[in-house]
Amino acid sequence: MNLDFTPEENAFREEVRAFIRDNYPKELMNMGTREDLSREQFLAWHKILGKKGWSAVAWPKKYGGTGWTSTQRYIWSEENARVDALMPLPFGVSMVGPVIYTFGSEEQKAKHLPGILSGDVWWAQGYSEPGAGSDLASLKTTAVRDGDHYVINGQKTWTTLAQHADWGFFLCRTDPSAKSQEGISFILVNMKTPGIEVRPIKLIDGTHEVNETWLTDVRVPVENLVGKENEGWTYAKFLLAHERSGIAGVARSKRGIERLRDIASSETIDGTPLILNGDFSRKISQLEIDLTALEFTELRTLASEAAGKGPGPESSILKIKGTEIQQRLTELTLEAVGNYGAPYARGMDGHGVNDFGVGPEYSNFAADTYFNMRKTSIYGGSNEIQRNIITKMILGL
Amino acid sequence: MDFNFTEEQTMIRDSLARLIKDQYDFDTRRKVVASKEGWRPKMWAQFAELGLLAAPFSEEDGGLGGGPIDAMVVMEEFGKGLVVEPFLQSVVVGGGFLKRGTEGQKAEHLAPMIAGERVFAFAYAEPKGRYNLADLETTAKKDGAGWKISGHKAVVVGAPWASHLIVTARTAGGRRDTKGIGVFIVAKDAKGVTTRDYPTVDGRRASEVHFDNVSVGADAAIGDAANGLPLIERVTDEAIAALCAEACGAMKVAQTMTVEYSRQRKQFGTPIGKFQVLQHKMVDMFMEAEQSVSMTYMATLKLDEDDVTRKKAASAAKVRIGQAGRFVGQNAIQIHGGMGMTDELAIGHYFKRLTIIDSEFGNVDHHLKRYTDLSAADMAVAAE
Repeated sequence: MNLDFTPEENAFREEVRAFIRDNYPKELMNMGTREDLSREQFLAWHKILGKKGWSAVAWPKKYGGTGWTSTQRYIWSEENARVDALMPLPFGVSMVGPVIYTFGSEEQKAKHLPGILSGDVWWAQGYSEPGAGSDLASLKTTAVRDGDHYVINGQKTWTTLAQHADWGFFLCRTDPSAKSQEGISFILVNMKTPGIEVRPIKLIDGTHEVNETWLTDVRVPVENLVGKENEGWTYAKFLLAHERSGIAGVARSKRGIERLRDIASSETIDGTPLILNGDFSRKISQLEIDLTALEFTELRTLASEAAGKGPGPESSILKIKGTEIQQRLTELTLEAVGNYGAPYARGMDGHGVNDFGVGPEYSNFAADTYFNMRKTSIYGGSNEIQRNIITKMILGL
Repeated sequence: MDFNFTEEQTMIRDSLARLIKDQYDFDTRRKVVASKEGWRPKMWAQFAELGLLAAPFSEEDGGLGGGPIDAMVVMEEFGKGLVVEPFLQSVVVGGGFLKRGTEGQKAEHLAPMIAGERVFAFAYAEPKGRYNLADLETTAKKDGAGWKISGHKAVVVGAPWASHLIVTARTAGGRRDTKGIGVFIVAKDAKGVTTRDYPTVDGRRASEVHFDNVSVGADAAIGDAANGLPLIERVTDEAIAALCAEACGAMKVAQTMTVEYSRQRKQFGTPIGKFQVLQHKMVDMFMEAEQSVSMTYMATLKLDEDDVTRKKAASAAKVRIGQAGRFVGQNAIQIHGGMGMTDELAIGHYFKRLTIIDSEFGNVDHHLKRYTDLSAADMAVAAE
C-alpha cells in the first residue's frame, strides 16, 4: 500500500498540465459551474480535446479513447479542476458513447462515435417522463414498428440542454404487453426529425438548462435501434452505472473549497476575516474532511476498477456523498458572501454576463449555484434510489 | 498508488482472524473481561508467537520488517473481535517510542516487548489536561544523572497488565508550554508508583497512576527530555491511525450484525429489513463504515510525510471516525430495538467500544479544532 505516483505518472501530470495551460481558452477559465453558456462555449474545450485525442478519457483506445489508467484519469480531472475547465458534456462521451461501443452495431459505431469524440455532435438524453421519474421503468413513450421505421409518440422531460442537441437517445416502450422493465428499447433519434418539439423549462436559478421534449409521430429508421429490441433497460442501467463512476466530482470540489477559503479570507466578520472565525472555519474543515473521505473512497474504487472489476454498486456511495458535498460547498459559499447573496444577477439588464456585479465578483452567482446544485441529489437516480440500490446489491436485503 | 496488502500482511490478517474465531468468541471474551485479571496473558503469548508484536518493526529492531500498515491490519481484526489485550498501548505506543530510543533502550526494553515479556502502557493523560498533550502537571526533576518524577496520570489504559509505563512529564517551563516536556520509561514496580486499578465501560482495564518522587536513571529518558512534544505527537498520531483501524473493524461488524438482525427479526408479519426507513439507515451505516476505512488508509499512509500533513491526516481521520462510530453504534442499537439494550447481545459491546474510541487521544471537537488550526497555519505560510 502506498500513495506514491510513479515517475511516469508524474511526467504525465506535467504533460497534461502544460497542455491545459497552453490550450485551454482563457476566456472560459473559472466558468466550469455555469449553466447558461452558448453552444460554442460549451463545446470549445471538447473540440480542442477531440483534436488531441483526449476527449474520451474512459473509452478504450480502439474506439478513439485515451486508454488511460484510472490513475491517469484521476490526474487528468485534478489538472482540469485547477482552471475549472468546462469538461465535455456527459451525454455523448459518458452516456451514449459507451452504450454504442458496447452494444451498438458496426454501422452505429462508425456513424456516431467520431462526432461524439470531436464534439461536433451534441447529444440529449430522453429518459425521464412526467410520470416516470424515479420509477423510470414506468415510462409510456411508445415506439411502434411500421415497415422500416419506428413511429415514436410521447413526452420526455428534464432533457438537459436539448435546445442545442443534434441527436438524442430515447427509451421507448416497444412491447406494451411486457412487464414494466421488459419491452423497453434504446433508440437513437435525430433531433431534426419532424414531430419533435423542445420546449424550455425555467429553473429556480433562472437558467434554461432543461426542457420538455414532445414527440409526435416521429419516424425513426429501425437501424437506429441499439442492441436488441425490448432489451433497452439493460443498456439504460449500464449507462447509469457509467454515469455514476465520474460523478463524485472530487477534484472540482477541492477547487471549490480553495475558492471558498479565498472568499472567506476577503469577507470580514466584526473586523476580522471570516476564515478566522471559529464557527465558520470549522464548517470548512468538516467539509474538507468529508471530501477527503470521499476522495479516498474513490481512489479505492478506482484501484478495484484497475484490477479489472468495472464500476459496481459501490459507485452509488460516490454519487450520494459526492453530491452531498457539492451541495454543502455551494451552501457554505452562499453563507460566506452574506448580504450579497441576494442580488439577482440574471434578473438585471445585460443578464447572462458577468460584468455588472453589485457585490464582489465572487458573490454574483453564489445563490444561483446553490439553487442549481439541489439537482444533483435528484438526477442520475435520486440519492434515495441510490440507497435502494445499495440495499439490494450490497446489503442483500 | 496501490491499495493492496502484501502477502505477509494478508497472512497476518488471516491467521489472526482464525485465532480470534477459535479462541475469542463473544462468550469467551465475556468471561475474560469478568475475570480477576481481565485479560489473558496466554493469549498475549500466542500473539507474540504469531509474530504480531514484531510485525510493525524493522528487522534491525528485531521486527519482521513491517510498519504502520501491519499495525493497521492487526488493529482492524482486534476491532472485529473486541479484543482487549493491549496491542495499541504496548506495541504501537510503547514500541513507537522505544524504536526511536537509544540502542541501549532498544536492547533493554524493545526486544522483551516484542517477545511479549514486557508490557507497556502509556501514562500521558492527566485529570485536568483533557486532550492537550502538553497540559502537564506531572514533573520530572533533574536528580543527579537521573530524574525524580511526581504527579497523577489519569485513565492509563492497560496499566493493570503492564510491567512498564511510558510517562510524559514536564522537565521545564510552565503548564501547557510546548517546550520542556520529556518522555520517561518507568517500571511499574518502581518505588513511589501506586495505582488504583479499575475496569472501563468497554471491557478493558485502566489505572489512576500516582508517582511520588519516583527515581529513574538517565537512561529512562527517551529522546530529548527538554523537547519531547514532537515525538509524543508523532507517536500519538500513529496511535490514532491504529485506533481508527480498530474502529473500522468494530463498525464493520456492528453494521453487518445489524443487517443480519433485520433479516431475522419480524414485526407486522415481515422482516424489519424490508422497511425502507431502516434500509436507508443501514445504507448510511454502511457508507460511514466504508468511508472510515478510506480515512484509515489515508491517515496510515501519510504517517511518514511532513509534520503538518501527518497531523492533519490523523486529525481528519479521527474526526470522521469519531462521527462514524457514533452514527453506526447508535443506529445499530436502535435497529436492534430492545434487544440492543441488553448486555447479552454482542452489539451493545461494539457500541460501547466505539463510544470510548472517540474520547481516546482526542475526540471529534478536539481534532476538528486541531485540523482547523493547522489549516490556518498552512494558509499563513502560503500567504507569506
